[in-house]
Amino acid sequence: MDKLKADSNNYPTRIAKSSLHLLRWTTTWVATTALAAFGPRLIWDFATLPTIFAILVNLGIGFRLILQIKRYVQALDELGQKIFLNAASITLGVVMVCGVSYELLEDIRLISGEPQISFLIALMSLTFMASHLAGHRKYR
Amino acid sequence: MKNRFKVLRAERDWTQAQLADELQVSRQTVNAIETGKFDPSLKLAFKAARLFELGIEDIFQDERPQDS
Repeated sequence: MDKLKADSNNYPTRIAKSSLHLLRWTTTWVATTALAAFGPRLIWDFATLPTIFAILVNLGIGFRLILQIKRYVQALDELGQKIFLNAASITLGVVMVCGVSYELLEDIRLISGEPQISFLIALMSLTFMASHLAGHRKYR
Repeated sequence: MKNRFKVLRAERDWTQAQLADELQVSRQTVNAIETGKFDPSLKLAFKAARLFELGIEDIFQDERPQDS
């Protein structure tokens, strides 16, 4: 039974480590986003240099987060990757279709306010969570 | 595609968790393969064949009737 075992780094441990890295980078990205959003108003009174620096740091951390998501997906086993891919494709479709319709609502004056990107981010998160959960239930 | 994962595992008295550990996949994946909900890749099939010391065709069978 031990012949194929390469090391003690088994699948659950590997995924737990990768999830932890993902959590750290997500938390860091959220923190730098908050700094870029509220820093100019609350900390440095719209001074240009710190604002540009905060945006660049936010972008840099954001790209690092994208890399970590890619690594996380690569660390998943093939069923995990299939579930993730299905959830990601459903999310892409839902956000694209609903995003365009939402934008149209303002154009055709069915809503008065400007469409908010935060609604789409919330829709994206909820759709991904629901379809990811549904995928896990399907293969349980 | 049918497979004999469950029978072969039972013959060796392994749990799903032990088999998953050897194949470097989740227990959910082993369960999904055993219940026929998920067909593994060729890479994973070869890994399982090495582990069970059998040929791939001894573990996995096409469900379509053979042409005569």
